[in-house]
Amino acid sequence: MTTEILMPALSPTMEEGTLAKWLVKEGDTVSAGDILAEIETDKATMEFEAVDEGTISRILVSEGSEGIKVNSPIAILADDGENISDLEVSDIPNEKQTLADTKNSKPKVETSTIESISEPEWTDATKVSQKTVREALRDAMAEEMRRDEKVFLMGEEVAEYQGAYKVSQGLLEEFGSKRVIDTPITEHGFAGIATGASFAGLRPIVEFMTFNFAMQAIDQIVNSAAKTLYMSGGQMGAPMVFRGPNGAAARVGAQHSQDYTSWYAHIPGLKVAVPYSASDAKGLLKSAIRDDNPVIFLENEILYGRSFDMPDIEDYIVPFGKARIWRIGTDVTIISFGIGMQYALKAAEELAAQGIEAEVLDLRTIRPIDYEKIIQSVSKTNRCITVEEGFPVASIGNHLSAYIMEHAFDYLDAPIINCTGKDVPMPYAANLEKLALVTTEEVVSAAKKVCYR
Amino acid sequence: MGSRKGSKKTNVNAQELLSFYKDMLLIRRFEEKAGQLYGMGLIGGFCHLYIGQEAVVVGLEASAEDGDKRITSYRDHGHMLACGMDPNGVMAELTGRAGGYSKGKGGSMHMFSKEKNFFGGHGIVGAQVPLGAGLAFADKYLENNRVTFTYFGDGAANQGQVYETFNMASLWKLPVIFVIENNQYAMGTSQLRSTSTPDIYTRGAGFDIPGEAVDGMDVLSVKSAGDKAVKHCRDGKGPYILEIKTYRYRGHSMSDPAKYRTREEVQKMREERDAIENIRSILLTGKHASEEDLKSIDKEIKKIVNESAEFAKASPEPKLDELYTDIYA
Repeated sequence: MTTEILMPALSPTMEEGTLAKWLVKEGDTVSAGDILAEIETDKATMEFEAVDEGTISRILVSEGSEGIKVNSPIAILADDGENISDLEVSDIPNEKQTLADTKNSKPKVETSTIESISEPEWTDATKVSQKTVREALRDAMAEEMRRDEKVFLMGEEVAEYQGAYKVSQGLLEEFGSKRVIDTPITEHGFAGIATGASFAGLRPIVEFMTFNFAMQAIDQIVNSAAKTLYMSGGQMGAPMVFRGPNGAAARVGAQHSQDYTSWYAHIPGLKVAVPYSASDAKGLLKSAIRDDNPVIFLENEILYGRSFDMPDIEDYIVPFGKARIWRIGTDVTIISFGIGMQYALKAAEELAAQGIEAEVLDLRTIRPIDYEKIIQSVSKTNRCITVEEGFPVASIGNHLSAYIMEHAFDYLDAPIINCTGKDVPMPYAANLEKLALVTTEEVVSAAKKVCYR
Repeated sequence: MGSRKGSKKTNVNAQELLSFYKDMLLIRRFEEKAGQLYGMGLIGGFCHLYIGQEAVVVGLEASAEDGDKRITSYRDHGHMLACGMDPNGVMAELTGRAGGYSKGKGGSMHMFSKEKNFFGGHGIVGAQVPLGAGLAFADKYLENNRVTFTYFGDGAANQGQVYETFNMASLWKLPVIFVIENNQYAMGTSQLRSTSTPDIYTRGAGFDIPGEAVDGMDVLSVKSAGDKAVKHCRDGKGPYILEIKTYRYRGHSMSDPAKYRTREEVQKMREERDAIENIRSILLTGKHASEEDLKSIDKEIKKIVNESAEFAKASPEPKLDELYTDIYA
């Protein structure tokens, strides 16, 4: 009897990885627990152990192969004593083919080449390259740390581990342990220490491993960082950035899957950025680090590995408070931000196929918010829906609806619909989790509803 | 130098003794005036008086050098006066006027002075402790050999973030002095009812932070402990804990009738341990000053305090457009 050894999923969001190294060869006998191979994901290199005992009868994927899909066979394990030549190999993909396939699927991401209409710095002549959001964030921090000695990064696993999600990869090496600082697991304490350091003129970047853990620190963020400028009559404030992944990752349950955009958007004194694309992640983070105010910078784990066009512009900055129009349309305005944009853009494509031209606005920052562009767009399309992954009550969509109603009531031909996550703690089961998040179908259906189609 | 029972021998000359007397008296009279203005409805909200605890901040300020930083809780008037902030600006902030340190937008609990390195004025119990360590973090980062005095009370000493901060301050050898002003009551709860180990200074041991208890009713003991702690920090040895045993004569805030302790307890403290009376007696018995000298100081202080009250009443309320300023830099 033979068993296929499959490419393992080593993190909740892993879809593919690199087979960095085989630690066994064909013909080796292994027992459960023996290390078979080193698998590299975009976050880490991990050892992969045997579950059963037997003989490695065939290795299907050679060392160094990239883009191996989770659950695809990487080796064949035969029961001890079995003759390798007896094996039925017809189902096994041959190695060359596997490699070729994975190469083709390498930039597996939707490459976001939709016209960047509101990016004044981009022209047709601007050279672009593909960058992941993860690389963009790292580059932004590195550039700003080179520019200003007072900028430093602090958080759990940011230095020696290279970042829990590898966002800070290489920073310790370049900037040293004075400026890239591993903290103990004490969010409340280190958020307070960083805020105090900012009062004294440093420019801290605080990485929360995820924003779920920032709830431990929210008193320091809201009461100390956000309010001190006002309470001191303008004498001192907190020029700093709190950043990290926000919102649902995948299959990590209720306590690790929450979108905090509307929580922080509620607070005067904070700025809130929620980038979707890599170029916005970079340009907004650079703006955030230079900003003299506390900035909440909400990233998304699912987006970290996605590639987007990155303009070849030196010192690329995206100002706060300017929405980006990803698609021009006349029939309905879809407003979103962060990972909500993936549903908005997919829905817009499906709608176009059905003859509805949606205009898609990426707010990029929620504080400040680009009300001007919102009103302009809604005044043109006369219909609007909003898309976000957060809970429905007191959502960003609720706020936008109220604002549009107050300022563009006469332009509206239909009530605004807010597409949001469901009003439930995030379930673990895969099917329920999918149901709990906002879906492209819901966005399409809402758009059709406001178009009375 | 004359010395009353309990005073440690310190290198303090007559000039310094007089300045301690003056500084403590200024806080006492200022706070009494603030209490009066509160009673007249000129000061609103919360108002936490420092009366009884004057020796703590005056003693420690005597150990500080230019550029050293300080941060405290909402019981902050004394700290501001002791570090040289203008009584007019403090009192006008209490009355919520444009002439206040925060243009009237902070109030009793939220005042700051960049010039004097006073970093507030914080209303959430214990929150100033990591903030203070953060100030020290900046000093260490900038390599400027400054020290931060981070004040908090026996109540705050039970907050979790204090211990998170102890851990990091020790781990990173931050030049911060944790000053626990143990005035025996966390609002209405006596320390014995709220604190499992009454000697709070020993709690640094688990983090390898040295600590000591200090008689907070004796400004000379405080000064001497302050010197030691400052030297420890400036020598790069990391944080230091001073638990200063003190006593507040008034309620937790103006609205506190203080039913949780007896009138006799307060009276006994005032009569036997008062820090200002203590230093006054040292000055007189040691013939560092005459009754006349002290009377003239009293008069001078009274004048400063009265002027601050007049300024605070005369200063206009903030302009209405101040509502929307200083939210973003």
